[in-house]
Amino acid sequence: MKFAVLVFPGSNCDIDAVKAVEDVLGEPVDMVWHHETDLSAYDCIILPGGFSYGDYLRCGAIARFSPVMEQVKKAASEGKMVIGICNGFQILTESGLLPGALRTNNHLQFNCEISPLVVENTETPFTSDYQKGQVIQIPIAHGEGNYYVDDETLQKMKSNNQIVFRYHGKNPNGSVDNIAGICNEKGNVLGMMPHPERAVDDLLGSTDGRALFTSILNKWREKHGA
Amino acid sequence: MILAKIHVTLKQSVLDPEGSAVAKSLHALGYDEVEDIRIGKYMELKVNTNDPKQAAERVAEMCEKLLANTVIEKYSFELSEV
Repeated sequence: MKFAVLVFPGSNCDIDAVKAVEDVLGEPVDMVWHHETDLSAYDCIILPGGFSYGDYLRCGAIARFSPVMEQVKKAASEGKMVIGICNGFQILTESGLLPGALRTNNHLQFNCEISPLVVENTETPFTSDYQKGQVIQIPIAHGEGNYYVDDETLQKMKSNNQIVFRYHGKNPNGSVDNIAGICNEKGNVLGMMPHPERAVDDLLGSTDGRALFTSILNKWREKHGA
Repeated sequence: MILAKIHVTLKQSVLDPEGSAVAKSLHALGYDEVEDIRIGKYMELKVNTNDPKQAAERVAEMCEKLLANTVIEKYSFELSEV
């Protein structure tokens, strides 16, 4: 299985994502510059955290028009796995691949801490190795992670089981319905503010992010009989 | 040449944490008459055309596509000749 980690000017969690794929899965992974116009070789595309284009105008607003994003849309429509973490999540909402938008944290502070999450949906290819309702410890690091979606869309998302992770106990940013991560209707595009790639080794304080990566590989193998 | 002055603000239904923080600061300074503050963005664009109708259409398109995120923000603009 082949992974791409996209690199936008200002991405700074790209190497963490590459290391997580290498260390947890040992599968091939390339860093792909945002000018690339062919992603056909990849089975899973990761949009990493950071500050693409310095977050000018709005987080993810400019990155959304990078040439590679047409390819990300194509891959998503073909049913390939796409995951946006933190700034990657912001880019996916700006590009319309995921509903809603990310606003400034309601308390205006940048939050950097381990955050407990509840795994709400284990039917996605990203979460099948978790238990439904499992509480996991995943770090967050964001100033604009306050997820917003209007009531009507939220109801639609709930009935379609698109809420994948919720914050457990404390809501760190004011996010609607405690949402920490969502998927698209088909379930092959995931966006989340917490950083699973920073929770893959005891040295990092948690290994609860590993199951996200193993889920991806296991689901892909299942689908491809590999 | 036409100058477009564009205002982008969060929709009324969307919480504006920066606006609330500044409102609190003004209250702390004794400006109790301040009811509400919405903080947004102001942009000036020089558009190389003399056709106001065409400029308005293009600027609205720019707002929809990039300058505002219409999920959470609304925009308005005014045009003047320069």
